[in-house]
Amino acid sequence: MHLHKYEKIWIIFGTGALLAFLIILGIGAFYQGSQPPSCMVTIDPQNVQAHEAFKEENLGLNQVGDNEYVVNVLASAFNYNLGKDENGSPVKTIRIPAGANVTFQATTSDVIHGFQLAGTNVNMMLEPGYISEYETTLDKPGTYTLICNEYCGTGHHLMMATVEVFEE
Amino acid sequence: MMNNTAVSQQTDQGFLAKKAGLPVKDARLTMAHMYVAFVSLLIGGLMGLLQVLVRTGKFTLPFGIDYYQVLTVHGVILALVLTTFFIIGFQYALMSKTVGMTNGERKWAWISFYIMLIGTAITAVLILLGKASVLYTFYAPLQAHPLFYIGLTLVVVGSWIAVFVNLHQFFSWKKKHKGEVSPLLAFMVAINMIIWFISTLGVAATVVIQMIPWSLGLVDEINILVSRTLFWYFGHPLVYFWLLPAYMAWYGIIPKIIGGKIFSDSLARMAFIMFLLFSIPVGFHHQLLEPGIDPFWKYIQVVLTFAVAIPSLLTAFSMFATFESAGRAKGYTGLFGFMRGLPWKDVRFFAPFVGMAAFVPAGAGGLINASHQLNQVVHNTIWVTGHFHLTLATTVILTFFGISYWLIPVLTGRKLDAHINRLGIIQTIVWAVGMFIMSGAMHIAGLLGAPRRSSYSEYGGSEQAMEWIGYQYAQAIGGSILFIGILLMVYIFVYMTFFAPKGQEEFPMAETAEDALPTPMVFENWKLWIGLAVTLILFAYTIPFIDIIQNSPPGSPPFKWPIGYN
Repeated sequence: MHLHKYEKIWIIFGTGALLAFLIILGIGAFYQGSQPPSCMVTIDPQNVQAHEAFKEENLGLNQVGDNEYVVNVLASAFNYNLGKDENGSPVKTIRIPAGANVTFQATTSDVIHGFQLAGTNVNMMLEPGYISEYETTLDKPGTYTLICNEYCGTGHHLMMATVEVFEE
Repeated sequence: MMNNTAVSQQTDQGFLAKKAGLPVKDARLTMAHMYVAFVSLLIGGLMGLLQVLVRTGKFTLPFGIDYYQVLTVHGVILALVLTTFFIIGFQYALMSKTVGMTNGERKWAWISFYIMLIGTAITAVLILLGKASVLYTFYAPLQAHPLFYIGLTLVVVGSWIAVFVNLHQFFSWKKKHKGEVSPLLAFMVAINMIIWFISTLGVAATVVIQMIPWSLGLVDEINILVSRTLFWYFGHPLVYFWLLPAYMAWYGIIPKIIGGKIFSDSLARMAFIMFLLFSIPVGFHHQLLEPGIDPFWKYIQVVLTFAVAIPSLLTAFSMFATFESAGRAKGYTGLFGFMRGLPWKDVRFFAPFVGMAAFVPAGAGGLINASHQLNQVVHNTIWVTGHFHLTLATTVILTFFGISYWLIPVLTGRKLDAHINRLGIIQTIVWAVGMFIMSGAMHIAGLLGAPRRSSYSEYGGSEQAMEWIGYQYAQAIGGSILFIGILLMVYIFVYMTFFAPKGQEEFPMAETAEDALPTPMVFENWKLWIGLAVTLILFAYTIPFIDIIQNSPPGSPPFKWPIGYN
């Protein structure tokens, strides 16, 4: 098939740009290890407490190392369960030191939920039967809102929690 | 027995429609689809207006109507009903014009229409009763009433009959014209319907095999990730099913309207074949943030998603090449001076042109969305809503409006008069301004983290939420302007249907440029292209899909809306 000269230039330029984008994404994913959250661990959605991370006492912020934290979250309509404080009331805010290595581990006990820490790259789908996991470092101190960004029913827009990143 | 006036009116209309190249019986068939499309536009648009108003926080829905019920109506009626009816109706007109329609085919086309209409009505009743506030993506394990799924199934089954009618028309023509190149627009319709058929198999599988038995209580649990994967196997080709009819008009109609020729018939066909190959094996780019799918296969489908941008780049080139040759043929010179040779005051050109312009930022946004890790920044934020209000609700819809300005008069035996032409240009400008404000505000708010599909919320007075609400005011302003645009368009439709002066409107069909080289016959090798498309689908899906099934967790019981009350 005959192609006009300008058309060839355009196709080479366009396809070349797309290839360049793909190479950058590929290097990010496979060389630097920056993959989208794709945890492969499954659990029983009707018995999430059977998994260590989602036992009532392990929910919320857990310090696991020198500057390392794991946050276990159990989502259900329309609430993020972050465990209980000393007085036995539900935790609504967790505080993490800036620059710490944080792994968010979450699942749902009912429908699909979103898990987005607005203003950061923490964003993943929570699906019944699966654990979603994302490891990150929150460098910028501030108050971030954890919101559900996948429709989950009539109270969907009320489902939230707060993450404070503080300077040590 | 008909009375005399009816007979004379009928022959009168039949004569006019025939003069424009469309038998009256075929015109009536397409027109039936158009009525459904424009009624849907009005209802869906009103729902959109209610949503942007609720999201300002200053307005509450009356009678205890739920925001998400309104959102479900908006999505189902605009994204599923309006598009499907307009596209299938428009495609019948193109096929009737290029390859003709037999009585038998027409009978089946009407059966298809009524099945889709009944399906739509059943679905609509269930949504209005509040038994199906599951949005137009109906993700399990949120569960709607079984009739909601059954209604949707009927819409898909009806559309399959339309697929078979169009393919029967196309291949009958080919049998009678052995060794000839098929008419370009008929070729394009055939491609679009094959994409539709292959992709709807996925959504039909999850709805019929998984959701209907589960909603009827015949099985207790549902496999969530299998269901979502089947849904998104359909979900992305769906957007190409919307876009390709717009491309049909750009390639095959617009050159005629601007007094030019099709730049290259082969290039147009090549673009459509690339859509057939690359528009389906890409569903994972909607599931990038989901657990349970190997990131390697996500990346493979990201690569294929980028490949589907190439035919759109080809289309952009073809359009501007057509514009340039038409402008220069009229004596306009200069690097961009040829643009002055275009009929800016003809709404049949102006509306689709504005749609094309919107596709530049819309396409760029699409590449961002599909960019593997970058998706984390925008996934399920209102940026995505802003994105598809540029692609579907601007590029595609303005092109559909552009088609309507000549198609509706052709169907009703009337003329597009100067008053409607002028009003159409105003409508296009109103639409562009409203969408610029609304979609722009959605894009920015999305980058700041504002979620999509969410009613008004201050998120416990969080500072971030306060920032988003300012943009929600902008969305309400843009959305209100768009609603004015919808009222204008519905008025234009009613006027063109019932009140415009009688006459013969032209059915604009472009011809290929004389210096274009003959179309290679390889484009007519359907076994090859369908075979390649299926191979690519099997490559992209077989291994990850087996993985998903083998590593499935226990299934999910249903959760009826509003969740927690059952």
